[in-house]
Amino acid sequence: MTSQPILEVRDLVVEFATRDGVLTAINGVSFHVDRGEVLGLVGESGSGKSVTGLAILGLIDAPGRIASGSILLEGEDLTRMREAQLRRLRGKRLAMIFQDPMTTLNPVLRVDTQMIEAITAHEKVSHKAARAKARDALAKVGIPSPDERLASYPHQFSGGMRQRVAIAIALLHRPALLVADEPTTALDVTIQAQILSEVQTLAQEAGTALVWVTHDLSVVAGLADRVAVMYAGRIVEQGSVADVLENPAHPYTAGLIGSVPSRNRRGVPLSQIPGMTPSLAKLPPGCAFAPRCARADAGCRNDPPVVAFGTARMHRCFHPLVTAEAAA
Amino acid sequence: MSDHAETTTLAAEAAVAATPDKGESLLARHVAAFFESPLAVAGLVTLLAMVLLALLAPFIAPQNPYDLSQLDIMDGTLAPGAKSLAGYTFWLGTDEQGRDMLSGILYGLRISLGVGAVSTVIACALGASIGVVAAYAGGRVDTLVMRVVDLQLSFPAILVALVLLAVFGRGVDKVVIALVIVQWAYYARTVRGSALVERRREYIEAARCLALPKNRVVFRHLLPNCLPPLIVVATVQVAHSIALESTLSFLGVGVPVTEPSLGMLIAKGYDYLLSGKYWISTFPGVALVLAIVAINLVGDRLRDVLNPRLSR
Amino acid sequence: MLVYIIRRLGQSALVIAVMATLVFVAVYAVGNPVDILASPQADQQEIEAITRRLGLDRPLYEQYGLFVWNALHGDLGRSFVYNEPAVQLILKRLPATFELAMTALVIAVGVGIPLGLYAGLKPNSLGGHSVMAGSILGFSLPNFWQGLMLVLLFSVVLGWLPAGGRGQTVEILGLPVSFLTVDGLQHLLLPALNLALYKMALVIRLTRAGAREVMLQDYVRFARAKGLSQARVIGVHVLKNILIPVVTVLGLELGSMIAFAVVTETVFAYPGMGKLLIDSISRLDRPVIVAYLMMTVVIFVVINLVVDLIYAAIDPRVRLSEA
Repeated sequence: MTSQPILEVRDLVVEFATRDGVLTAINGVSFHVDRGEVLGLVGESGSGKSVTGLAILGLIDAPGRIASGSILLEGEDLTRMREAQLRRLRGKRLAMIFQDPMTTLNPVLRVDTQMIEAITAHEKVSHKAARAKARDALAKVGIPSPDERLASYPHQFSGGMRQRVAIAIALLHRPALLVADEPTTALDVTIQAQILSEVQTLAQEAGTALVWVTHDLSVVAGLADRVAVMYAGRIVEQGSVADVLENPAHPYTAGLIGSVPSRNRRGVPLSQIPGMTPSLAKLPPGCAFAPRCARADAGCRNDPPVVAFGTARMHRCFHPLVTAEAAA
Repeated sequence: MSDHAETTTLAAEAAVAATPDKGESLLARHVAAFFESPLAVAGLVTLLAMVLLALLAPFIAPQNPYDLSQLDIMDGTLAPGAKSLAGYTFWLGTDEQGRDMLSGILYGLRISLGVGAVSTVIACALGASIGVVAAYAGGRVDTLVMRVVDLQLSFPAILVALVLLAVFGRGVDKVVIALVIVQWAYYARTVRGSALVERRREYIEAARCLALPKNRVVFRHLLPNCLPPLIVVATVQVAHSIALESTLSFLGVGVPVTEPSLGMLIAKGYDYLLSGKYWISTFPGVALVLAIVAINLVGDRLRDVLNPRLSR
Repeated sequence: MLVYIIRRLGQSALVIAVMATLVFVAVYAVGNPVDILASPQADQQEIEAITRRLGLDRPLYEQYGLFVWNALHGDLGRSFVYNEPAVQLILKRLPATFELAMTALVIAVGVGIPLGLYAGLKPNSLGGHSVMAGSILGFSLPNFWQGLMLVLLFSVVLGWLPAGGRGQTVEILGLPVSFLTVDGLQHLLLPALNLALYKMALVIRLTRAGAREVMLQDYVRFARAKGLSQARVIGVHVLKNILIPVVTVLGLELGSMIAFAVVTETVFAYPGMGKLLIDSISRLDRPVIVAYLMMTVVIFVVINLVVDLIYAAIDPRVRLSEA
């Protein structure tokens, strides 16, 4: 494809200044998202996936900061923008929804206030027109009697309903990119499936690309086009969902896939990755996954390089499960 | 009870009492943590220096400010640095009666710190005993005590103390009584809170299983383990009682005119403040503020050190 | 809700009854009420008149009944300095104290919330640290000393503001108020600031703690992700969440302002009910002290009651759990 990607992240480094020194939460992350594409960003908690999402929106607060790298939205570098420029893009071209629907809406403001302010922040419209637009947006995400619901407070909604309101707000301006930070994790499984399919449909209608941050590979399998696997602040493997899930190259990806329960492997004990996610303050030298990896040897104390292989795939591993030749 | 049985009980009791105690290393750690803060150390040093000055006042003060025969009205309202008729220097000036302010402050510090410390110790002992008994007894006793505590704490201490002194009249002993009455409730509430938590711990269970007398369980086992929050509250309350005493004396209902505390010295100097004779009020005020700030610095650090939720 | 109101009213009545009994015990049962309620200069005839009026020759329970009966009719004795009913004397001074307390409240909120927000949003800046250090001083230094320093600075050294008195007043609805004249405002400013300092320190702490907590909430991130301006995020989303606890605490603290006015009014020779109390104590005008005490108790109880009821009306969770 020759067309420019919606989002292109290059060598992003995010650091947090703490009392014990500077922690590198994201260490040289590069990926891109094409128009209308869904990218799954997978990793355990602490892997840096949520920080990546916040960095895209420019919402990293002190003591954290983007130390280097660039984030190009439709060709424009967000890291070089002033706060005022960035603010005009947020909510308009770039949107984000968060994990816990109980806390994403302000408890002391009515839903209409929170929706209308999101509209008038970017459009010069009358209060009445903004209200009408808000009502339509609520109806679109499947909220019954939207007129009444507009005048309610968030605590009068269920968790799933609140997440729908958040999605409606995020998609108000048909943004080019929506970053979804585990928006279904806190919901019941049935609601989770509904919300997933609704977001997918709405995003397709609006032509919005998605970066779907999650720890749940099954969500990625059903939703995403491509997947990037993060570990300790780095992307360790990237490729199309079908390729990566069928033939993982990185031992960590293989471990993640192995620990997902599945119907086909009933009775077989689940495999698990030994050890724990390393603390960012005490990362081992070289490949951060080496201490937990069965294939690691002394060479893994060096930094594994990015290896491109197959069709638009990459990994960072000295001992991949799939060799470049085999995949080709 | 035979000697043997008595020893066994005591040994078992000692073992029980030792369980929650992590030995001297804990104390040493707390002390070390305390000295990590330069501000707190500065506060502690200032406080100790002031206590020392107050204790030694009769020996180091140029003059006995309570002895009217030593005062000369001709030396009245002299500016700092002026020479007296008898020839020595009033480094901090004199008040309208010719009293050397430096001596007045040293003696006033004695009364202010003394009243603060004594009233705190009494209020602490009284309140802690009531609180721990209420927590241990539970039920109606607890409800009744806490109702009284709530009722009293819903009225500002200054108002209650003011009214009490209006009834009692002036006097150092009466100020102490008033301060005890307005402050015991804080301690009762603090101790009850931690005692309710401690009561459920195993060592209390163990002490009970040994069939130790109730008052022994309460005062030898339960109370010592409620001490850390009590120490923090008590430190801050010393500063409060000093401030309260000075306020009451300033309002003219505290200590008698013949034995001025810092608050009384400030009140007497207030009339002269407007005419530019700033020293009569200002220097006792500086001493008062220094004492209160020093105690608060120490108290703040103690809270950080002793609060298990803050230490990692 | 109705059950809650009734129960709360009952509690308030109980508190007043308990306090009235304590006052009665202090005045009648412990001491000799004639000593307390008759002027030291009273002759035999006057003492007999007072004894008869208070029913001191009758049994204690009848005296108590009479005391309650008189109190319910607003009769708490007669000042022997002013030779007026004590209650009336206090009511005359009440508006001045009330005006002082209200002005102080406005200052505490108007200055305290912005400073607290600033300290909460920039906790590690020099300004943030200074604000916190100032609020610690505001907390720990005795109120009268702060007042003295205000006088020394603004009246003695700079000569900008008067050191005492109430200044010129205007009548509104029959009540004298001073905030409508320049002279009155000048006289009001320093005492109100003095009274406000402690509460201001409290407001700063509450606001700062609230701001730091609220800023970490997802809804603030979400508000920013919507592209709202910083002003709107802080002015609406953050502030509205902080205001609820601040207003609650301040409401409860309003009563203590009336108590602390005793100190401020003494420092600034401000003719309110606090100054009246101190004067009465030094002149042994005990009926006024007793009346002041009873009226303050009533004011306290009423304020606490009103705040609780308003809070219950605002916050549905309180309403549900208490009902």
